[in-house]
Amino acid sequence: MDASETVKKIRFTLNGRPVSATVESHVDLVDLLRRFDLGGARESCGQGLCGCCTVVVDGVAMSGCLTLAQLVDGKRVDTIEGLDQTGALSPVQQAFIDEGAFQCGFCTPGFVLMTHQLLERNPDPSEPEIRDYLAGNLCRCAAYPEIIRAVKSAASRMRASAAA
Amino acid sequence: MTIHRPTIDRPMPAGQVGRSVPRLEARQKVTGRADYVHNLVVPRMLYCKVVRSTVPHGRILSIDTSAAEALEGVYRVVTADDIRTVVPNPFYGPAFHDQPVLAVEKVRHVGEPVVAVLAEDPYVAAEAAQLVTVEYEPMEAVFDEIEAMTSTAVVHEVLKPAGTFPDLKHLVGRRDTNIALDYRLRRGDVDAAFAAADHVFAHEFKTQQVMHTPLEPMVSLAEPGEDTLTIHTASQSPSFVRIEIARLLGWPENRVRVKVPHLGGGFGAKLYIKLEALVACLALLVRRPVKWSLTMEEQFYTITKHASTFRIESAVDKEGRVTGRRCEVFWNGGAYADIGPRVTQKSGFTAPGPYDIDNVSIDSYALYTNRPPAGALRGFGIPQLVWAYESHTDLIARGLGLDPVAFRRKNLLRDGRPQATGTPVRDAAIEGVLDDIAARMAWETPFDRGSGPVKRGRGIAVGFKASIAPTTSVAIVNVAADGSANLYLSTVDMGQGSDTAMAQIVAETLTLRTEDVKVVHPDTDVTPYDMATLGSRSTFHAGNAVKLAAEHARDQIAALAASLGLPPGSNYAPADLFKKKYGMQAGNIIGVGTYIPEYKSPAPETGLSDNVTPFWMVGGTGVEIEVDTETGHVRILRMVNACDLGRPLNPKIVETQISGAALMQLGFTMFENMDLDDGQVTNASLADYKIPGMHDVPDQMESVITEAEQKSGPYGAKGVGESATFGVSPAIANAIHDAVGVRLTEMPLTPQAVFRALREAELNSSTTSA
Ligand code: FES
Ligand code: FES
Repeated sequence: MDASETVKKIRFTLNGRPVSATVESHVDLVDLLRRFDLGGARESCGQGLCGCCTVVVDGVAMSGCLTLAQLVDGKRVDTIEGLDQTGALSPVQQAFIDEGAFQCGFCTPGFVLMTHQLLERNPDPSEPEIRDYLAGNLCRCAAYPEIIRAVKSAASRMRASAAA
Repeated sequence: MTIHRPTIDRPMPAGQVGRSVPRLEARQKVTGRADYVHNLVVPRMLYCKVVRSTVPHGRILSIDTSAAEALEGVYRVVTADDIRTVVPNPFYGPAFHDQPVLAVEKVRHVGEPVVAVLAEDPYVAAEAAQLVTVEYEPMEAVFDEIEAMTSTAVVHEVLKPAGTFPDLKHLVGRRDTNIALDYRLRRGDVDAAFAAADHVFAHEFKTQQVMHTPLEPMVSLAEPGEDTLTIHTASQSPSFVRIEIARLLGWPENRVRVKVPHLGGGFGAKLYIKLEALVACLALLVRRPVKWSLTMEEQFYTITKHASTFRIESAVDKEGRVTGRRCEVFWNGGAYADIGPRVTQKSGFTAPGPYDIDNVSIDSYALYTNRPPAGALRGFGIPQLVWAYESHTDLIARGLGLDPVAFRRKNLLRDGRPQATGTPVRDAAIEGVLDDIAARMAWETPFDRGSGPVKRGRGIAVGFKASIAPTTSVAIVNVAADGSANLYLSTVDMGQGSDTAMAQIVAETLTLRTEDVKVVHPDTDVTPYDMATLGSRSTFHAGNAVKLAAEHARDQIAALAASLGLPPGSNYAPADLFKKKYGMQAGNIIGVGTYIPEYKSPAPETGLSDNVTPFWMVGGTGVEIEVDTETGHVRILRMVNACDLGRPLNPKIVETQISGAALMQLGFTMFENMDLDDGQVTNASLADYKIPGMHDVPDQMESVITEAEQKSGPYGAKGVGESATFGVSPAIANAIHDAVGVRLTEMPLTPQAVFRALREAELNSSTTSA
């Protein structure tokens, strides 16, 4: 490693729990999560183009592969593994299962997290809005038609439970 | 808007087969907890990074590893000489033993692994790999499949067929040729058919090199034991890996253990040996676990889909019947044969298409070139063939002024009629698929062709595929004393849903709930042989084996009941039988099933056989498109895909397979293309090599399960993973022709290509009118 490398101790909130880690400056967020045994964010393209490594930092979905670990110091980090901490699946996760919105599942955590972010900002998205919002996530199994249906169904479930 | 017609379930008596059971592992997948080798870490593990060839063809003059070895944290730097201390003859491959574990003496494509670096920190391994210097003496290279037929550049000095396949035996020891296999078929009198023809049509079509890009990049991890070796690998063929690694090491099979968890996509990329041979050698060399993960970029240098050239010529009589067809297909196999020779033969014999033609000749050539190797990719060569013969078919219909659907109907292969090889076609709903598409698209009704610069068109195409035969699957069903069941199977669920479908077969046969059947993932210490998960063979082959295993268990349960004095047909729970027999909850019943279909190898001279495949897959596509004549941009408004997959085991999963396969082929058709510059892939990343995303999904997408039954299949089913790829490319090219009158004969069908063809057509018409 080159001499300019710095090692830093960082503290952050991981899925609601305070944690700390000592990381070298070149380590990215996906690697950092791996140290906490979280494997839902996965590096695939390594270039910020596929969304497989999606992690939510301070409420904003980011590409973990492009985010240096030291930058999450003091932040709140949420991953796919945080969604069902109560034991119950999120409405988005359930909709993905019901609509069969995946095949190999490698891209699925990224799509689920992006769908949550979409529905937080827009509870009733149109199909073009869904396509636009999820255009940065790739699925090589091409479960796109099912993903679109799952997003619509999750949206209506979430609106129904918000109204209740 | 994506149109969705609700899935129709058609359950069998026990309510398991024919029901849209959600995938058994669905929860693990949506929570991010599904296990992939990608995430696997074991104690004391080293990471591998390879140094790759920078030249397409060259002799290795020297390798300098000193700087890499001096880097802090580097554990070991390994070359082919080190590999030879573990495996004296380090060449592998399913058809030819031509691929070295690390390059020996020379390199044959850019990106070929030459040196391996090991370190505890993957970043250190990557940095050290940059410090290795390799000097090459460049050699003349060949990249084009047609040039490779006659070029003075020879990729392999001598052919080394593996000996597994009898039809490759005649190639042993052939020298100074790039032709790895020359498959031929001769049926009827082709010359006479052409001499007597009223019309003759001849065309040439080309396809480009593309890559599978599974989102979980290829990865393998080897762990050495005392006198054993365990390989965790993202592989579609654990049984093959075990046999091939054992062969390389000179070990008995049972000392090599291959384990496969979930796969993050395969599509044919993760077949045979990919990274396994190198990690096995490295782990044995250093006596520590070694993990090798490819980057997305490295995948492009590992395995690809064959580029191809197909020359096709038809003799047609005045009634519009095709009486003769000549096919010459050239497959660009790249530097190593991989499974290319099988693609050349197994797909080659369907080159004339699903038509009833008495006089046929086929020459299909597997060619070595200095490109990255090509192998199987969803369709095993069939999409390249259908692209050509369905474009050609459309051109004939147009040439004769016939409706393309009516022309096809006149020439279709009907049930019981012999296909080119002489094998009668049975349980193949070719006409049903064509009818379903035509009906959905209301083909007989007038079509709005648009006005102004944006023109509309529609196109249709149908293709078929034989199964890869003869291959074997073995399954074990273990019924526990409480009546619950485990299924042991080496079929790999890479996303296609085989775990769920196979559990449904067990559940239907044993009258259990599918959700209560546990599928044990491939682990060759435990799960029995299965040839590989490829070519849509699993539903039929493994499915039949699973059904036999479940029936075997069911028969033993019945025998147990009889031995306990229960009258036949009486109602009992298996758990009670175990209790009665053993006095407590104890014991097992093990059912075993082995399936290999009958097969007759094609005669060497004629390529003919009356039983060349146990079943046929049929798929077709219809599209409605818009072409912007000012930009060449093509927009797919509607896409209908219909497949004959027998009776669906799980209708919803099947529909996802249909749309997924069609969308993947859409990418290959419209934009995916590996750009090569002197053998170097200049766009080897998702930044420059675009794969389909949300916006590429047609506005309307329909998946149709054509009414059919495969009588020899498990509960009437057969494979479907590839069928929807067949018709996509030609259907779109046919629709472009329909819309704007130009014909593209090379994929991909980019806006530039359409635009260029439009301008050329304009120029031609202005020069002829002038
Ligand atoms: S791996 Fe980060 S976006 Fe693809
Ligand atoms: S489900 Fe396989 S990549 Fe999306």
